[in-house]
Parts: sequence; C-alpha cells; structure tokens
Amino acid sequence: MNRINKALAQDKKLISIYFTAGYPQLEDTTEVIKRLAEAGTDVIEIGLPYSDPLADGPVIQKSSEQALRNGMSTQKLFKQLQGIRDEVDIPLIVMGYFNAMLQFGVEDFCKECEAIGVDGIIMPDLPIDIFERDYKALFETHGLKFVPLITPETTVERIKTIDDLGDSFVYMVSSSSTTGGEQGFGEEAMSYFKRISDMNLNNNLMVGFGIKDAFSFEQASRHTSGCIIGSEFIRRLTNEGMEGIAPFIKSLK
Amino acid sequence: MSKYSVSEKGFYGDFGGAYIPELLYPNVEELRQNYKQIIGTDDFQKQFKSLLKDYVGRPTPLYLAENLSEKYKTKIYLKREDLCHTGAHKINNTVGQILLAKALGKHRIIAETGAGQHGVATATVCALMGLECIVYMGAVDIERQAPNVARMKMLGAKVVPAESGSKTLKDATNEAIRDWINHPKDTHYIIGSVVGPHPYPDMVTELQSVISKEVKAQMLEKEGRELPDYVIACVGGGSNAAGLFADFMDHEEVGIIGVEASGKGVETNESAATTILGREGIIHGSKTLLMQNTDGQITEPYSISAGLDYPGIGPLHAHLFKTGRGKFVSITDAEAMAAGLELSRMEGIIPAIETAHAFAIFKYLDFKEDDVLVFNCSGRGDKDLETYRKYFGY
Ligand SMILES: Cc1ncc(COP(=O)(O)O)c(C=O)c1O
Repeated sequence: MNRINKALAQDKKLISIYFTAGYPQLEDTTEVIKRLAEAGTDVIEIGLPYSDPLADGPVIQKSSEQALRNGMSTQKLFKQLQGIRDEVDIPLIVMGYFNAMLQFGVEDFCKECEAIGVDGIIMPDLPIDIFERDYKALFETHGLKFVPLITPETTVERIKTIDDLGDSFVYMVSSSSTTGGEQGFGEEAMSYFKRISDMNLNNNLMVGFGIKDAFSFEQASRHTSGCIIGSEFIRRLTNEGMEGIAPFIKSLK
Repeated sequence: MSKYSVSEKGFYGDFGGAYIPELLYPNVEELRQNYKQIIGTDDFQKQFKSLLKDYVGRPTPLYLAENLSEKYKTKIYLKREDLCHTGAHKINNTVGQILLAKALGKHRIIAETGAGQHGVATATVCALMGLECIVYMGAVDIERQAPNVARMKMLGAKVVPAESGSKTLKDATNEAIRDWINHPKDTHYIIGSVVGPHPYPDMVTELQSVISKEVKAQMLEKEGRELPDYVIACVGGGSNAAGLFADFMDHEEVGIIGVEASGKGVETNESAATTILGREGIIHGSKTLLMQNTDGQITEPYSISAGLDYPGIGPLHAHLFKTGRGKFVSITDAEAMAAGLELSRMEGIIPAIETAHAFAIFKYLDFKEDDVLVFNCSGRGDKDLETYRKYFGY
C-alpha cells in the first residue's frame, strides 16, 4: 500500500507539515525531513519553490524567494532526496506549481519521484480536467497519488468529480484565501468541515491553510483525518531554526 | 468559426486554457459561463456603444501621417487610440468589463497595472459607476509612472504597491490574482490585457475589437477598400494589438506585425522580447510563450516602457507567432525612444513609449510604396514625459 494511504488508515489525526525545500539554507532540505519524521510528524509536503506562487501568502512567498536565491532547483531537489528512503519511511508529497513540472517534463518528473520514493504530488494550478485527460494514467504508473484541492466555494457536484480523481486524500482549503491567512476557525468554517465530512467521500479529508496551534489543529481535524500546516511551520523554522521543529510538533499533540 | 478564435475549452491552438488553482476556479467559472451571454445582450451593447461614443470619444480617427509616409516611402495611417479618454486604448476594455461586473452584481473592482494606463482606465470607470477600486502596481512602476499614480488617487482608487519579485507588472498581476482568491464573491478582476486564464484573452480581445471594426470602415472611406496591407501594433500582453488584429486575422492577405520590447537588446539579460527569449509554459493561468529559466522559474523582464515589461504574451499572439500568421519584431529602448522623438517632430504626436516601439520597425522591414500600413497609436506620451525628458536631457 502507498505510504499515504497507510498513514490515513491509522486511527489518529494526522499532522502534515509543508516546508519549502532549500530553506532556510540550500542544504537544509533533508535535515528538515529527518527532524520532522523523528518528531512524530505523519506526512511531509516538500515544497518545490516557485517564482510566482499564486496560491501562497507572504510567508511562503518569502521562503520560496529565499530558496530560489539559495540556488534551489527541480534537479537540485531530486538530487538532495536521493537516498532519503534509507533514512525515513514517512509519506512524502511533492508540492509545487505546474510550470516547474511541465518544464522538467511531466513524465521525467514522475519517474524521478518514483525512483526517490515520493508518494504523491500536489499541484494547485494543474486543472483537474487536464490532469484527468493527460496525466492520470502516468501518475498511476509511477505510483504517485494526486491530491486535489477543494475550497468552501467548490460545488457539491464538482467535489464529487474531484473525489473520483484521487484515491488518498482531498486537500480541503479551510477558507477562501491564500496560504497563511486568518487563524482560528469560526462557525462557518466548522460547518463547512462537517458538511464535507458528511458527504462520505471515497477520499479522506485533510484540512490546510490557517492552522497554527493545538487549538486550531483540534478544530480542523475534528471532522477530518488531520491537518496540513505550512506558513506557521515556516515562521517557526525562520525564527527558531532546526531546534524549533520537535517542540512545535509536540505542541500540536 | 475563425481559425484564430478561441476554442470551446479556451485554447488558441496549443495556447491558452485556464491553469488556475482550484481556489480561483469559482471566480473564473462564473465569468466563463456568463461573459458571452452578457456581452451579447442588447442592453449591454447599447450601454457599451453609448459610453464608447460619448465618454471615451469613439470612433477615434484614422489619420494619414503624410510626413512619415513620405520619409518611409509607403502609406502610413495611425489609428488614434491616444485620443481616447485617459490617453490609451485601455479604456475600451475597462468600460466593457465594468458593465460586465455590474451585470454580475460585483461591487469591488481590482486591477493590475504596469504603465498605469490600465489602472487609470479602471479607476476612471469605477469613479463613473461608483464602485470601489483597488489597483496593484509594482513598486518600481509606481516610481517611474508617477503622474498615473496621482491620477488614480485623484479618481478615488487605492493603489497598492507590489513588493515581490521584480516589483513590476508580473508581480502586480500576481497580487491582483491573490486578492481575487481572497475575495471570491463580491469582486471582479479587470485584467488589462489579453492575458490570464480563459475567458480573459477572448473577452478582452472582443472588447478591444472595436478598434479593428472602426479601421475597416475608415479604410473603406479613405482607401475604397476595407483591408490594409499591414496592421502593426506593440505587444506587451497584447491587447491593443489583438484589438487591431481582430477582424483582419482571417484575411490572410493582411500582414500582421507585433512589436515587442527588446529592452537593452535580446543578447543582454535585460529584455522583454518574449517570442525570441520565451518558451512554452504557464503564466498567470495561461499556457503561452514566456520568459523563464530551464526550471520554469519566470524571468524578470526589462523594458524602458512599463507597459511592455511583461515576461509573457497573450495566448492568441503565441498562436499567431507559432503558426507564422503573425510576424514579430523586437525593438530596443534606444530605437523606441528615437522613434518616439521622430513621431513627435514629424507629426506633432508624442506617443507613449510602448506605442513608440511600433514606429521603430522601418529599420527592420521594407514596405512597398503602394502598401497601406495601419499602426495602432495605442497611447499618448504624457505619462512618459519624465522618462523622455531625462533620456533626451530636456
Ligand atoms: C499606450 C500603451 N500601449 C500598449 C500597452 C501594452 O499593453 P497591450 O500589449 O496589452 O496593448 C500599454 C500598457 O500599459 C500602454 O499603456
């Protein structure tokens, strides 16, 4: 079974952490992964930095800019990840923007991911119709889970279409915003989490955007399989460095 | 169906589409489902035409530039978009889109701007319609286009500096898209060129195609035929060009010439000549030609003119280029500035620096004496006086 699905099958709320590869220092990528895994993180999203990250707020924009200045590239990331499976068994998902994948060659990108032992891919700007038509079979061949996104504005009909495309989890964006937006969830968000949960989709649900601490983590995972934390993790990493990783993960439990 | 019009899925050949985050899908989908129907209504057309006539000042003249014609030994007409209210073609699009926004019940308007012309044109129609207006503008462009920043403020718009990346048009566009993600219900995004996800390239082309329609009628009146031999326009994103080319694209006998900014030269790292330096990829939700490194990171372009300082071109233009239907020429800062001065001295028309690029093609292309050329004189140079002044030392 794919590592993502194995993690989802556990009877626990999953902590998934997004970080930007090559940040704060170019060669920090694998160190961050190892420390996250040791600290008890359940899933890791490795962000491939992009020059024009449309869905991201200021924190991830800045970490991406810095990583690119550090010399991060697609090739470099794949090189850094060579041998990572000798060190960790945690599910790894590569998250990036579609143009980076397109320029590398979608098939080559998938092959590299498979060879490394990457389990899934999140490409927020790869439209689902194009994914289905051109790339679904390719992802499957290389054992990669495609993780689609939904938002509070996504219609029921479209959610069903999206659910049919994946077979791991659907990334539920907590509110209509870019990453790193509002913190803490009100009644509206809570009823959205419940509403989608009640749809009993084939995929599990993970909530992302706007989660920063144990409280918001509990809220967002109440009706779902867990949460994805990005901007807040990067903020901690920026302020506290590697030493801040384990305490942060522990603080969420 | 024209060979060069958009497909049902939003493509021009290999280019176009809507490569957008799911977060943006509802906004773009609402527009896609409604734009054709709204633009097609009698009510929309009546208001649009009436505003273009009485508010914008259309039709704009088609002016025979005799002095220039004599110098270059060919017949040169200028489509005087510089005489539009607010000084450029940009307002044709904003008048149309503001009516569309109203029909969709939106009351908050956002826009990106490079030279500030589109920002001013958006602020203008928002003032007219009493709608809130927020304009994203690169911090670098705020510096070099100060008069337009003041105009936007006077018109009641909020100008928000884009501080990321190269701090120019591409970054302002990113910020506008992020704003739209954060306001999915009450906001309409007025894109200023034929770029962005489907349906924008098609919609903006449609709204700008009034230029082409007028040229045909004016050609008939002045030359006894509807079709010129060449239509020529500068290309930033490509809206003034698309507007001029629209009704001529299917007439293969009409030569189509797009003029890009090569900045300090295509061999330097400071250029915006996308058809030469670009490769196929995705920018702002559209598959098109764009300047990028081997990794697909978008390159920071450069041009002396803020309106051409964009690393991509609209998907229609990428298609015209790839199929060979359109010819693209690139012009340096220095050549454009000289052409701007020449048009000023010979015809008494000070063009925008964007526009001036188009008039510099004579060094690279030959025309016959009985050829009829129609240039899009897309904007006036008031906003650029400071740049001209510094450059020429007045
Ligand atoms: C006068 C003028 N011409 C041309 C342009 C370039 O835009 P487009 O290529 O969309 O016509 C601008 C943009 O600001 C402009 O102000």
